[in-house]
Amino acid sequence: MNLIRSRSAVEKKEPFVRMVKRSGITWRKAYLIRALALICALLTGALIILLLGHNPVSVYADMIKGSFGSRISRIETIKIAIPLLGSSLCVALAFKMKFWNIGAEGQILAGAIAASYIALFHHQSMPGPLLLIFMFLVAVLAGGLWGLIPAVFKARFNINETLFTLMFNYIALGFINYLQNGPWKEIPGGFPKIAMFAFDARLPKVFGVHIGWIIVLALVFLVYGYMKYTKHGYEISVVGESSNTALYAGMNVRKIIIRTMFISGAIAGLVGFMQVSGSDYTLTNYTANGVGFTAITVAWLSKLNPLIMVAVSAFLAILQKGSNRIQTDFKIPASAASLLTGTILFFMLGCEFFITYKLIFRKGQKNGRNR
Amino acid sequence: MTDELNAIRLMDITKSFGDVLANHNISLDVRYGEILALLGENGSGKTTLMNILSGIYYPDSGHIIVGGEEVSIHSPKDAHDLGIGMIHQHFKLVDVLTATENIVLGLKGDARLNRKDLNETIGKLSAKYGFEIDPAKKIYNMSVSEKQTVEIIKLLYRGAEILILDEPTAVLTPQESEKLFKVLRNMRNDGKAIVIITHKLNEVLAVSDRVSILRKGCSVGTVITGDTNRQELTELMVGRAVSLEIERPDPPAIKDAFLKVIDLTCVDSDGHTVLDNISFTLNRGEILGVAGIAGSGQRELCEAITGLYPIKGGAILCRGETPSGSFHENIVGKTPTEIIKKGVAMAFVPEDRLGMGLVASMDMVDNMMLKSYKNGKGPFTDRSTPKKMAEHMIKALDIVTPGVFTPISLLSGGNVQKVLLGREIASSPSVLLVAYPVRGLDINSSYTIYDLLNEQKKKNVAILYIGEDLDVLLELCDRIMVLCGGKVSGIVDAKKTSKDKLGLMMVHADSEKDGETA
Repeated sequence: MNLIRSRSAVEKKEPFVRMVKRSGITWRKAYLIRALALICALLTGALIILLLGHNPVSVYADMIKGSFGSRISRIETIKIAIPLLGSSLCVALAFKMKFWNIGAEGQILAGAIAASYIALFHHQSMPGPLLLIFMFLVAVLAGGLWGLIPAVFKARFNINETLFTLMFNYIALGFINYLQNGPWKEIPGGFPKIAMFAFDARLPKVFGVHIGWIIVLALVFLVYGYMKYTKHGYEISVVGESSNTALYAGMNVRKIIIRTMFISGAIAGLVGFMQVSGSDYTLTNYTANGVGFTAITVAWLSKLNPLIMVAVSAFLAILQKGSNRIQTDFKIPASAASLLTGTILFFMLGCEFFITYKLIFRKGQKNGRNR
Repeated sequence: MTDELNAIRLMDITKSFGDVLANHNISLDVRYGEILALLGENGSGKTTLMNILSGIYYPDSGHIIVGGEEVSIHSPKDAHDLGIGMIHQHFKLVDVLTATENIVLGLKGDARLNRKDLNETIGKLSAKYGFEIDPAKKIYNMSVSEKQTVEIIKLLYRGAEILILDEPTAVLTPQESEKLFKVLRNMRNDGKAIVIITHKLNEVLAVSDRVSILRKGCSVGTVITGDTNRQELTELMVGRAVSLEIERPDPPAIKDAFLKVIDLTCVDSDGHTVLDNISFTLNRGEILGVAGIAGSGQRELCEAITGLYPIKGGAILCRGETPSGSFHENIVGKTPTEIIKKGVAMAFVPEDRLGMGLVASMDMVDNMMLKSYKNGKGPFTDRSTPKKMAEHMIKALDIVTPGVFTPISLLSGGNVQKVLLGREIASSPSVLLVAYPVRGLDINSSYTIYDLLNEQKKKNVAILYIGEDLDVLLELCDRIMVLCGGKVSGIVDAKKTSKDKLGLMMVHADSEKDGETA
């Protein structure tokens, strides 16, 4: 039979490396991989620090000292972790439904704006505790509405929620700019900044940190229970897996999308309230400062499990606080510090690949075997 | 046998996916000038083996010898260079191009296509093997069978000497299959090596010269087709003697119409009519089969009845019971929940088991409560009732699973279907719609499913059975409704019709109206 064909393309070689999906992995092995990734990350980070001309050990030590070393630094670290954890819960709820809410940032700001309005213009009309409760309510409502709008468009007209929620971030941010420069400016004709809140409109402190840490921890358990044990939570998982199945099961998919996004946005609104009333005591461009985006990382690293999010957001807060510290102590530029955090995150996220897949390398032997 | 005659020799091929050993030390010869049938149940490793040969997977170990030389196939391109071509179940054609354009697509050549010459060459090639194809026809105007023809010509044009066809008749009518077999025989006589992957015994006996049988990833042997029979092949395939008879209990003598569908018309989102004036009656205690080429409106029919597909016209009258007597109620325009509230116990086993009927990533318990999670007061879900139900079902239906908390996606196809059908039956329905319930299931599981359906039939449930295997439809159902392009081409008595008649009705909507007996 004629097989007159060029065989040059067909080498007798196994591919150098192949990916094979793991069928299962023990948790012990998974944690070993994560630990290895952390070590690799620290080593790569050390290389960067060396290139900058510093001693890696002392820089790392300073990072830890900067985020844990003193009472003040601990308080600062926790203050970074609170909004991060809160927004992660917001994002997780939407992501569980496969609704890509990348607008936590905007929803935080919406809540912050609403709370600030009450704090700035109505603080004299009611007593302290009532004022805070009122601020809380309008913030939750505003955040929820900010999340609701894209959800309605998604549910009604199937409009892509990713772009919609992203754009809504910039609208909220732009609105704050407008308020700062215009109607809410502290001194007319002066520096574009909004006045500090009255003392009544500031969240009380417990153990040196504003009460938000208790609220957010309570929220962790609430969201965990909501997702795991309620009918709503069940509906969210089914819609997330397949809206066809949800319809088949007789669920009202539109209603579920809208309801869940309201709750998701409301949690972000609450974060906004805690930021302006507990941390900054005013409203600025930096009220959200990117936590809405970092929260996406936290949510995925935690596999959407609220309990794990506590640890992950604490870890990220430590990284951030530590890198702030080395900037001042070692005069390491801010960009290099974020390079360092980026490297660590890269390894932590990248190792998930090795938890799902294993690599098989070509065996050392000769393959052109004799028959 | 010398290596000269062997087109391909596979030696000790092993391939695993995670813990699953898809191919275990499989050896196989493919010869020029013969049709080899690769027979095995779903999941026995047929497709994996052929994917290895066509460069889609790389084996963990083993040797592939093509034309007497050991080769290593890394990609479909390598396979192509060796003259191996595979026709997959899902065609890979560009819809807006013509047959010719698809055939030469990606080949080297002049900047300008000489369509006239090419059409002529391809026309000659077709004539040589007996293909009926218009080279200038666009793919989107073609039937499934024509598209398959284009795929085959594409491989021949590119010089393939070894052709592998994966379940080629799954989408064809009996008449089209016969045509395909004729072409395959012509190609064999021309000296090509042909491998046809299948799990249908009739086809194996009709077209092949030799049969290689795979079972659970291992090769059980190769037999000459002329020396074997259905029973022997089944035993080789399943591993023990199996009765191939399907039971058919008699339906009640007095017809009790449960569901009356009158002039049902549905239009899809593009404005095409997918169901065109469908009318039929579904009686209690009978199985009404629905036959038709894939995509003739079967899915839409089921979804329209269950309230999942928008209905443009017509009525679906469903029997409701009240103490004062029974009545028929129109359920058009009602959501699934509203239909249930009307007291119509409707159960539906959809075609897409893991994408519609079940949630793949959830465990059995969570899947049990899919339709009943709203029962019970308060905001919290009750998981203890579904857990008991799941445990009971595992015992009653012999479901093989590590436990009730194992994700459904890790179960085998047969067990997934048992979970789905089991849940639907557990709701004690009065009407049961099942779409392709045995697709992808092994013989044992298939017979379990038939038994379960017959059990429901005996309980006086009205059953609508959407099927694809005409042999099964003829044996299991009482009446068969044939759909063609969204129209009913006839409803016939299953005992009085034949496969050929059904085949004709599947392609002509208007010719068999007089065959109606219902």
